[in-house]
Amino acid sequence: MSTAEATSDPNALHGLEKDSSAGWRGPASKRIVTGYGFWIFILSDMIMFAAFFATYAVLHGQTADGPSGHDLFDLRNVAIETALLLASSFTCGLASIAADERSKVWFQLAMAVTCILGLGFLALEGREFADLVARGAGPTRSAFLSAFFTLVGCHGLHVSAGILWLLTMMAQVFAKGFRADIQRRILCFALFWHALDIIWVAVFTVVYLLGSAK
Amino acid sequence: MLGKLTWDAIPFDQPIPMFASGVVALGIVAILGWVVIKGHLPYLWREWITSVDHKRIGVMYTVLAMVMLLRGFVDAIMMRLQQSLAFQGEGFLPPEHYNQVFSAHGTIMIFFVAMPFMIGLMNFVVPLQLGVRDVAFPTLNSVGFWLTCTGALLVNISLIVGEFARTGWLPYPPLSELKYSPGVGVDYYLWAIQISGIGTLVAGINLVTTVLKIRTKGMSYMRMPMFCWTALATNLLIVAAFPILTATLAMLLLDRYLGFHFFTNEAGGNVMMFMNLIWAWGHPEVYILVLPAFGIFSEVISTFSGKPLFGYRSMVAATMAICILAFMVWLHHFFTMGAGADVNAIFGIATMIIAVPTGVKVFNWLFTMYGGRIRFQTPLLWAIGFMVTFIIGGMTGVLMAVPPVAFVLHNSLFLVAHFHNVIIGGVLFGAFAGYTYWFPKAFGFRLHEGLGHAAFWCWLVGFYIAFMPLYVLGLLGMTRRMQHYDVPEWHPWLIVAAFGAALILCGIVLQIVQLFYSIRHRAQLRDETGDLWNGRSLEWATASPPPAFNFAILPDVSGEDAYWGIKERAAEQTGQDKRPDYQAIEMPRNSPTGFVCAFFATLVGFALIWHIWWLLAVGAMGAYATFVVFAWRDKDEDEIPAEEVARIDRDNLIARRTMLNAPGIGT
Amino acid sequence: MSHASDHTRIGPEVAPGDEQADSASVGQRIVVYLIGLGLAIILTATSFFVADTDLVWQPSIPVALVVLAIAQMGVHLVFFLHITTGPDNANNVLALAFGVLVVLILMSGSLWIMSNLNHNMMPMDQIMQMQR
Repeated sequence: MSTAEATSDPNALHGLEKDSSAGWRGPASKRIVTGYGFWIFILSDMIMFAAFFATYAVLHGQTADGPSGHDLFDLRNVAIETALLLASSFTCGLASIAADERSKVWFQLAMAVTCILGLGFLALEGREFADLVARGAGPTRSAFLSAFFTLVGCHGLHVSAGILWLLTMMAQVFAKGFRADIQRRILCFALFWHALDIIWVAVFTVVYLLGSAK
Repeated sequence: MLGKLTWDAIPFDQPIPMFASGVVALGIVAILGWVVIKGHLPYLWREWITSVDHKRIGVMYTVLAMVMLLRGFVDAIMMRLQQSLAFQGEGFLPPEHYNQVFSAHGTIMIFFVAMPFMIGLMNFVVPLQLGVRDVAFPTLNSVGFWLTCTGALLVNISLIVGEFARTGWLPYPPLSELKYSPGVGVDYYLWAIQISGIGTLVAGINLVTTVLKIRTKGMSYMRMPMFCWTALATNLLIVAAFPILTATLAMLLLDRYLGFHFFTNEAGGNVMMFMNLIWAWGHPEVYILVLPAFGIFSEVISTFSGKPLFGYRSMVAATMAICILAFMVWLHHFFTMGAGADVNAIFGIATMIIAVPTGVKVFNWLFTMYGGRIRFQTPLLWAIGFMVTFIIGGMTGVLMAVPPVAFVLHNSLFLVAHFHNVIIGGVLFGAFAGYTYWFPKAFGFRLHEGLGHAAFWCWLVGFYIAFMPLYVLGLLGMTRRMQHYDVPEWHPWLIVAAFGAALILCGIVLQIVQLFYSIRHRAQLRDETGDLWNGRSLEWATASPPPAFNFAILPDVSGEDAYWGIKERAAEQTGQDKRPDYQAIEMPRNSPTGFVCAFFATLVGFALIWHIWWLLAVGAMGAYATFVVFAWRDKDEDEIPAEEVARIDRDNLIARRTMLNAPGIGT
Repeated sequence: MSHASDHTRIGPEVAPGDEQADSASVGQRIVVYLIGLGLAIILTATSFFVADTDLVWQPSIPVALVVLAIAQMGVHLVFFLHITTGPDNANNVLALAFGVLVVLILMSGSLWIMSNLNHNMMPMDQIMQMQR
């Protein structure tokens, strides 16, 4: 085929003609493929959270003559939770470095600390929820509380699933070392854990900090 | 012990579900019995059920879709019959049953016919067109398929155990809340959709990653076939929209199961928020359905006109524009809910704007055909039928995008006619075009052409006779979902519509006959060259059916040639090397993970519906265990030795060269 | 597919979450995380402070909190997830941008629509009372 024929597409959009077909060298490596696929999953998860956030935003005023955020939120508790989760993100980063360097000891240590910090977060959140229910401010009290428990609880469920995954990764590394597929899973776990902290930033800002105002 | 489940759940006193379930049960027993007695079960398990091959999974998705089409169509026949009979009378379907029929009809057609059909075709074709061996995550692909089957199974079980939702295919609160739908019907719907929704999301992630990261050497974005572009846009929409559905249905589930107040009438719940969120998913969903069909038509029209697609780059731009705009129009599904004139106006204008890229596509298809050497074979018939029909449907859509018009026509039969017009004319005709077009590639023999023509004409004429009266009825004031009525003007139109449905039934029967006939006469209908239609993309450079590894050596399509030359380029390469350097190929191992996972998911869904908590625990633990077992395996690939690859490839090449060199074979 | 070391870049792309694996030593990589942690701590503390203080013009507080939240997310993305604007990260950034776009449309659209609806339509408990 001559070049003339090749570019004779009458609808060539100017600027898109530069076709760098020399660039694409073939299927990407498994690490990139796996990481990217999980990245797309995280995006879908973000959008699911966005639906819960939108609902919370719409319903946060519907307290049905019951308690509002201002009456219920304990910002000190939230601050500690935030610190725990942020620290766990940091230690997760250390675990990633340890995995890259193939150091079993540092990996297991960093993951164990991440786990403890995550469990601390969950414990505090569980206690907060139980406390609210005991005070008659459970999720069935009003639309606002339904939305609150669902949004914050969904994040907590994700953290719980993350802990389960974390322990599974520790077990896998213990049993099989730093095999290529296990390394890919560690990459995915790190993406997940950091993403959860990003969502927590939105949660504590929108729900707790903005909700405590007035 | 069994939660809410008692013998009362089985509708012994209702003849229609008892009869239908009896027929289905008989059919299942017969087919299963035949499979087992003939000794096909090991083959079925090894080659299909545990397969992670995208071609097998694609075929299974399509089979699921076609089987569910029969169930959904039976629902349609019942509705048409009921409405043609129920003038000043009660018809034969009592209201609580009629309501389940139209709810099941919509749910099945959208979630278990249209979606699987498109996902199946994309699964089969996209890796072949990209010149690679499989999708990005083959085992996950299998999981996604089997979870979709779980959803379909749950919906069908509701026919004989319990009931289905009576809310329509989207369960609007407050009707769908526990207070007004205390039975298990809405729960069946919710869990079926949530579980199959995971499957759909998985397919979305898989195909996005495949198109963006797994293409053969030299295949830059602008050299991909159009079908791959629409697959990319579709799956981006899936990944972005389905989480909204998951969240919204989860909130309804929380209301029903745990007494939350998202959408209740009391304690501050906001019913309108459900409509807002569900249509924020619902509008992208219809583009998820139709974009693959657009891709199929691009392929079919270009192939059967003997010309490259006109305006490839503008097609790409239009497709990606639709992908983004799909998220900006959703309010047009509830103009009448009361958001006010300015909100309605903005979304109305946006809705009209989104018609423009589709118009661009239609013109490009027409210009592709213009000046080409047209071959009126079955796939092209579907494409031409689509163009006429979809334009009418699209125009009625733009008509209703005008908010004052929507105030008159919302939820009338005009609306029903519109969406069937675009879904049948667009999605279903596209599915049939793709099915006929790629069938020879999948199975090595073609479908009988004459029967294909006959089926097409029955469908086309039947569709118009069934649905054009509905436009008239909508303008005459008839609301949707009516179980009976007493307006005399409406009656004759509904009778005509019933005849149209009967004609469509003939079309379906012809398609079934075509399939069986073609299988019986497959020797005469064999596809020897692998390139039956003289196509332009890489799938036509493989044998029919392709070997497990698709391409013995991944083609290198770099170079100056435009995208429509890549099949020739690939063929050149394999022609040049008399002794290609075959290497061992590692293919992903088959795995029962998908099937077993879906088995436990079915238990989980059933347990949740009937409140059988111990069964829920069993199912959940089983699903988690399956995952752990999968994660723990050491060997995830099988190697096909180089000699085996060479043998398969040479056999294919010889067969194809023989056919191509035979006198009388065209270019 | 090749089984070369997982950090070999066959093409001009990097997996999301992976750093440019080339040269940085362990110490340097830890420092990156430490910087991220430090910045995040500062921003978070500022958020908590702003929410509760009287030192800031009150109506600006929501805006300030949102800005600080975005900044914190940015810190996470850059320092923990190693998302950069280089050409090897293009696909990752594009996917992120698409997701963010949909999130923004969903949130702003829903809020706008629902506020209009709530303004125009009678509250549900009043409708219920009318039924009696």
